[in-house]
Amino acid sequence: MNTHLLLQLVVNGLIVGALYGVVAMSFVLIYKASQVVNFAQGEFLLIGAWVCWWLLTTYQLPFLVGMGITFAFMLVFGIALQVVVLRPLIGEPIISVIMVTIGLSIFFQALCKWLFGVFAQPFPPIFQTQSVQVLGLEIQTVYLMSLGISVAMMAGFAWFFRYSKHGLAMRATAFNQQVAQSLGISVRNVFAMAWAISAVVSSVAGIVVGIVNGVSSALSLYGIKVFPAVILGGLDSVVGAVIGGLVIGVLENVAQYVDGQYLHWGNLYEIVPFYVLVVILMIKPYGLFGTRDIERV
Amino acid sequence: MATQSLIPAGDYRSTYAADTTIFPTAGSRYAVWAALALLCFAPLVLDRYWLSLLIQIGYFAVAALGLNILVGFTGQISIGHAAFFGFGAFASAWLSNNYGIPVFFAIPLAGVLTTAIGLIFGLPAARLKGLYLAIATLAAQYILQDFFARANWFTGGVAGTHAEAFSIFGFAFDTDHRYFYVVLAYLVLTFVLATNLMRSRDGRALVAVRDHYLSAEMMGINLTRYRTLSFGLSAFFAGIGGALYGHYLQFVSVEGFGILLSIQFLGMIIIGGLGSIMGTLMGTAFMVLVPEAMGWITDAVRGSALDRALSLKDNLSFLREMAIGLVIVLFLMFEPDGLAHRWRQIKAYWKLYPFSH
Repeated sequence: MNTHLLLQLVVNGLIVGALYGVVAMSFVLIYKASQVVNFAQGEFLLIGAWVCWWLLTTYQLPFLVGMGITFAFMLVFGIALQVVVLRPLIGEPIISVIMVTIGLSIFFQALCKWLFGVFAQPFPPIFQTQSVQVLGLEIQTVYLMSLGISVAMMAGFAWFFRYSKHGLAMRATAFNQQVAQSLGISVRNVFAMAWAISAVVSSVAGIVVGIVNGVSSALSLYGIKVFPAVILGGLDSVVGAVIGGLVIGVLENVAQYVDGQYLHWGNLYEIVPFYVLVVILMIKPYGLFGTRDIERV
Repeated sequence: MATQSLIPAGDYRSTYAADTTIFPTAGSRYAVWAALALLCFAPLVLDRYWLSLLIQIGYFAVAALGLNILVGFTGQISIGHAAFFGFGAFASAWLSNNYGIPVFFAIPLAGVLTTAIGLIFGLPAARLKGLYLAIATLAAQYILQDFFARANWFTGGVAGTHAEAFSIFGFAFDTDHRYFYVVLAYLVLTFVLATNLMRSRDGRALVAVRDHYLSAEMMGINLTRYRTLSFGLSAFFAGIGGALYGHYLQFVSVEGFGILLSIQFLGMIIIGGLGSIMGTLMGTAFMVLVPEAMGWITDAVRGSALDRALSLKDNLSFLREMAIGLVIVLFLMFEPDGLAHRWRQIKAYWKLYPFSH
């Protein structure tokens, strides 16, 4: 048993899992606020990362400036998407809403391939040192940054929902739309805001993954990986999303370890979250922290 | 949705048989017979390209019909239909290659095998609905795809597998011109089957489950049974469609059955109209022709400034994907009831002309 490798993989899993957590949070944000399951979450990462990459490589902007412009773009993009596409669909059956986001996901994925090509593009280097030693483990600097950003994002979310006026409005809307509306909260604005914040937060995750692995269509896979995470945590729980993300990240890496050391199946790494997903859905469909709908199905 | 029909005023139906008739007017019956007759002569006049499109529409429509039973009639969501389609293709090839079963029997047997798989993956359907079910079927899609790539004994692994040509008494249907009739026969068979299913007791139970599951249960409909049953049925049609696809290409490989195809299936039934048998066919035709239309457009503008600026030809595959996504979004926004509904409205317009109501 290779303890060192296992430990390394668990640490990697936690770092990747934190990113899953961030994406899952932004997924839950949209679901909670507007009851829309966003199958195009992965494309938010993709678009954010490509826009940032394009700004940095074409105009040679400093990293933070490029990131800032990307945020502004994603903000507008998220609002526009909600207003143009999703708003007319309020009140439509769930299949319509799901299908619209799936359609959007295909569209934007193909658009990105058209505009930016199919090959992974590296970000310009940001750190001088490639990796640092932490407690005898080799950890890349970008991973540390990734972890830092993820934690900052999570803290930001916690603060936003707990203390800010808009966060309160959002929680109220999620709890009961009609009551929120009667108290003077503009539900339309809350929906648009949820999409905007979700797009911006996802783009951060996209940029971070882009720095680590290069920007490519593979980023949109995060939009699919988010499902095991949010189902595990509970579909409408922000805390659950973070925990679910961490668990799935670690699980993937441990599966890779087990696979590499003992089973030699090949790609257990990719598929194990989906087995977990099915098992959770069969046993505990509302997840660990989700609202438990008492309903006979 | 105002439903109008071409039934003349004063024609009141007084029996159940009259109410559940397939062809409400003699005109609609003649139209269907005429369309069938025209299709029978299609291989004589059409070239290979158009025939291959028609064949594609045929086998996809069979599978999409299954999905429409699940989504349109029973009100459940599946994002994993392509995996069942693929399973049917592999199962049929596997049966005919390894057990010497003639393709003629292998196709329905593949349908039965796929039904079994569909029932297994339909088990969550007994407990879940709506969104959770969508996610569960998404997982099924990935798990089955992974299985296809892994199970060498069944699918030939990543290399894919060979599928025999369809033949009866030594007469091989190995060209597009001949295979067209096989697909047409299956298409007619499955559509008649589905139409009649929906007129039967079980079909009405499925619709009741969709419309209001609690009331359905109070009326004595076994929800678990019918939900699982509709999964099985949808998988059966998917399996048949997949088998037809496999024996048409005479080669089956893992790549074809990804999530994009699943979404295309959903697109077909949404564009055609959820819960409409005829709409399934229209939607399938539309969904097959849209990517082709992108090809025709790029051919038409080849060499022009637009083509040079955007290099359309090299990006044709992306254009096709974009068209699929865009068509789904636009239909849901502007025509959520699908082509079947629009067709009814056109008919009503001409019936009522020059009055609009």
